Amino acid sequence: MDELIIAGRSFNSRLMVGTGKFASNEAMVAAMEGSGSEIVTVALRRVDVDNPQDSLLNHIDPKRYLLLPNTSGARNAEEAIRLARIARAAGCEPWIKLEVTPDPYYLLPDPIETLKAAEILVKEGFIVLPYINADPVLAKHMQEVGTATVMPLGAPIGTNKGLRTRDNIAIIIEQAIVPVVVDAGLGAPSHAAEAMEMGADAVLVNTALAVARNPGAMGAAFKKGVEAGREAYLAGLGKQQDKAEASSPLTGFLRS
Amino acid sequence: MDIIFNGKAREIQDGTCIQELLDQMQLDCMQLVVEHNNVIIPRQRLAETPLNNGDALEVIHFVGGG
Repeated sequence: MDELIIAGRSFNSRLMVGTGKFASNEAMVAAMEGSGSEIVTVALRRVDVDNPQDSLLNHIDPKRYLLLPNTSGARNAEEAIRLARIARAAGCEPWIKLEVTPDPYYLLPDPIETLKAAEILVKEGFIVLPYINADPVLAKHMQEVGTATVMPLGAPIGTNKGLRTRDNIAIIIEQAIVPVVVDAGLGAPSHAAEAMEMGADAVLVNTALAVARNPGAMGAAFKKGVEAGREAYLAGLGKQQDKAEASSPLTGFLRS
Repeated sequence: MDIIFNGKAREIQDGTCIQELLDQMQLDCMQLVVEHNNVIIPRQRLAETPLNNGDALEVIHFVGGG
């Protein structure tokens, strides 16, 4: 069985999904179910007492999904650590998707603050999955302080542009001693398949599902993309070359 | 007395504890986390934590996110 193992825990699915931006809780649940995912991310925000809403947790079965709270909204290490502690106090397992994004326009992760927070959270016993730019040296630093994965971005969050950081992600995969989860920017199942073909251990998708006309069907499409890419990686892809090489024998009939 | 609830001033009755305030606002403490003056208050201690004038309360819950 080809399982994904993060911090000693096994998962059958290599597709993680986010729960943001869906038009309804029903659409979100459809996407989660269609994707076959076992890990779903959630965010923490103030309760809006003027507009009371149905709790998100009423729609996510904790037996079926590992809840992975993120630290989205944090602009520095201190805020990220505060959010992680709040997530743990909510009764979650101590898994945290660490993200520190001071710039609201491109939402790119702050490497220095993310590393600072990662080091402290690992010491506090958290299983830390850091969202990082696709920087192989930074990925190494994260692993050295004890993160459970690295989560390099394919493209900025929500852009659907695919693997714009492909060459650096290849280096991260080559050097990684923890699972590599490609996160952010994957807009199509082919993008997810491409990441998996390269040897990524998993991918995380949110926007592509949330904005689809049919989120459940898009979840299923991404599931197939991830599975196809993974199987191709395990099967062994052929090398690219410039010169043609005939698939059919060139001898035996018209030539001697 | 006045407290700051999720960043906004709010008038509450003197001697209210956190659990009472959540109950009055019909908020289910099982689905949220409370920070009282930047300190996380475990659920079992909400009923024994009184609020004082000028206190800051943050009431946080899970929402959709990526």
